[in-house]
Amino acid sequence: MAFFSSRSLKSLVIAAAVALVPAGSAFAAGDSKPPRMQDWSFAGVFGTYDRAQLQRGYQVFAENCSACHALSRIAFRNLMEPGGPEFSEAEVRAIAANYFVMDGPDSFGDMFEREARLSDRFPPPFPNQEAAVAAMGAYPPDFSLLAKARAPTRGFPGFVIDIFTQYQENGPDYIYSLLTGYDEEHVNPEGELGHYNPYFMAGEYIAMAPPLFDGMHVYQDGSPETIDQYARDVSAFMMWAAEPHLEQRKEMGFRVMAFLLIFGGLVYMTKRRVWSAVDH
Amino acid sequence: MAGPSTYVPKSGFERWLDARLPVVRMMHGQFIEFPIPRNLNYMYTFGGILMIMLVSQIITGIVLVMHYTPHADMAFSSVEHIMRDVNYGWLLRYMHAVGASMFFIAVYLHIFRGLYYGSYKEPREVLWILGVVIFLLMMATAFMGYVLVWGQMSFWGATVITNFFSVFPIVGDTLVQWLWGGFAVDNPTLNRFFSLHYLLPFMIFGVVILHVWALHVTGQTNPTGVEVKQKSDTVPFTPYATVKDLFAMVLFLLLFSYFLFFLPNYLGHADNYIEADPLVTPTHIVPEWYFLPFYAILRAVPSALGGVLLMFGSIAVLFFLPWLDTSKVRSGAFRSIWFKAAFWLFAINAVWLGWLGSKPAEGWYVPAMQIGTIYYFAYFLIILPVLGLFETPKPLPNSITESVLKKNGGQIASGAGQPAGATSAPETKG
Ligand code: HEC
Ligand code: HEM
Repeated sequence: MAFFSSRSLKSLVIAAAVALVPAGSAFAAGDSKPPRMQDWSFAGVFGTYDRAQLQRGYQVFAENCSACHALSRIAFRNLMEPGGPEFSEAEVRAIAANYFVMDGPDSFGDMFEREARLSDRFPPPFPNQEAAVAAMGAYPPDFSLLAKARAPTRGFPGFVIDIFTQYQENGPDYIYSLLTGYDEEHVNPEGELGHYNPYFMAGEYIAMAPPLFDGMHVYQDGSPETIDQYARDVSAFMMWAAEPHLEQRKEMGFRVMAFLLIFGGLVYMTKRRVWSAVDH
Repeated sequence: MAGPSTYVPKSGFERWLDARLPVVRMMHGQFIEFPIPRNLNYMYTFGGILMIMLVSQIITGIVLVMHYTPHADMAFSSVEHIMRDVNYGWLLRYMHAVGASMFFIAVYLHIFRGLYYGSYKEPREVLWILGVVIFLLMMATAFMGYVLVWGQMSFWGATVITNFFSVFPIVGDTLVQWLWGGFAVDNPTLNRFFSLHYLLPFMIFGVVILHVWALHVTGQTNPTGVEVKQKSDTVPFTPYATVKDLFAMVLFLLLFSYFLFFLPNYLGHADNYIEADPLVTPTHIVPEWYFLPFYAILRAVPSALGGVLLMFGSIAVLFFLPWLDTSKVRSGAFRSIWFKAAFWLFAINAVWLGWLGSKPAEGWYVPAMQIGTIYYFAYFLIILPVLGLFETPKPLPNSITESVLKKNGGQIASGAGQPAGATSAPETKG
């Protein structure tokens, strides 16, 4: 925190809070293209994750995105837990065996590397944020929460309608749109090194090159091997990573609300009975 | 309010206790016999709803603390640990976060009920002021609770809000450093906010007790604004209020459950799922929705000090409301069309200011915020003081009983007398 004196930080923040003129950037967040809304199996009251889709999404993550993006809040054991991709224990052990984690100190006081166990979390591809930025010019955000951390504003009246349609999928819609939204024809202006992507929330140019190509991942279950399908699958996987208890939540919600409706009906009849003798 | 107690101790133990600490007798008086006006509508059920929300926040909060770590390096991860690894931790955390929003929905409706029916007018000034104190404490509690998550909005919201105190001349800088416990929002800030976030709800609880005490001295208002005059104006709290409040609570819990289970993040901000980073300022810092109208007022004027004074003023004015409203009648239902228009415009304006609060202070939003702010203050400082002097209110009924009977077509039914015990009657209106 030595980077800012208290005074400069303060003036910055007050300027942000009370500024009457828009900040210098002509491209404020919110100007990006609204994500294309997709049908997700986990949307709505009875939504559940599609196991096969989560498994394919994991495959895309493991073979591709994990080279740059971390998934550090997810433990290997989560992959076999109910409500997720539900890989078998043997499959998850095989997955964990591909990773090495730092452990120790041992009885000699030395740190050592060992094969990952079920209880370990996915080790990050870079030792720290600085190393990632140094390698790629921008930090590839951790996937653990990304699907809940990106929600393009919906504006009026969208945000009111969303209450009734239960629209909660702006995160996966955004990721899907971003991954499939690169414009290869676009010619960058002089000096611009990023990749043009009109869906990117933080600007027009993203430091990530298009990560997906048709046919680059071989699916075992016969699903189409297209950019579109890969993007869809990995977005669903990221939603699960961000909200692993979604199925349990919706299921409990249905039972709680059904109970409240019945109980409320009984209370209402009691109330009418009690008050029936009194004009009010 | 109540006459002599009708409590009869049933067991030997109850008689023994009653002679030494008549606490059961007191509860009996407050929640069984306590007479309530017979014509209360559903807007009068939010008090009970607020009570269960406070208890829910305290219980979920205490269990959350068992798994939460108040340290700048670990707070965010500990919240994620609650969400992922603690059994039903997601439920606890969402109950607490969505519960805070529901608490504010209820308190705003409760306050607007008071504004419309003139609940703040004599002799309920102290009752009203205690309510405003609760509201202030709630805002402080919710603000500090939001910081505990230590996400980007937690951190930057805290930075923006605490910086307001720096605009005060001379003492400002010292005050802010004292709030922070350093030179920026950092671990000491998180620790003191954690401590206060744990403390304030219990202070709220204390003030709630005073609030209810004051209520039970003056009695409730009612939609006619005419005070209770005779026994037939009232019904006993149990079963009448108990069952009606219970029904309203179930409806409210349905709304709560809908958001809790199906839209748990709708009322929050996505940026708070990014861990706090003092080096990255979010493009657009906004507080939680329940602060947005005040955030719009804050940014309505180009001067930082002016904005802060206006914002504090917008709450402070509520304390003086009992003496600002000059109306001869209490209830808005018996006031002129001008009052009704001004009231509903005030309500719409409050929502409008809330929407503006979510927008950056630029372009046409700024004059809109200014107009909204002017109307907010004009309602309290000009309309309410002046309107009462000129207005001709509608004729008031002589008593609650009379108004109820007139509404029900003059049918005497069983309602004229004391209703207790009657189980069937021709009048079965809900
Ligand atoms: C070669 C490294 C690399 C690979 C492989 C890669 N990414 Fe990225 N990704 C990045 C970088 C760097 C950024 C940061 C971009 C920026 O901030 O401009 C990023 C950013 C993102 C973002 C965040 C955009 C935002 O709104 O901030 C998403 C979502 C994303 N990547 C998804 C993926 C997915 C899905 C895959 C796998 C199919 C993938 N990435 C593979 C390097 C990579
Ligand atoms: C008036 C009652 C209360 C209100 C309005 C309130 C409000 C809040 C809010 C808005 C948050 C942020 C939630 C989020 O976005 O995740 C929060 C977090 C928290 N609160 Fe409270 N709270 C109350 C009472 C309590 C009490 C009594 C305790 C403890 C005894 C408590 C402990 C916590 C903890 C540990 C967190 C951080 C974990 C989390 O984010 O869920 N709260 N509170």
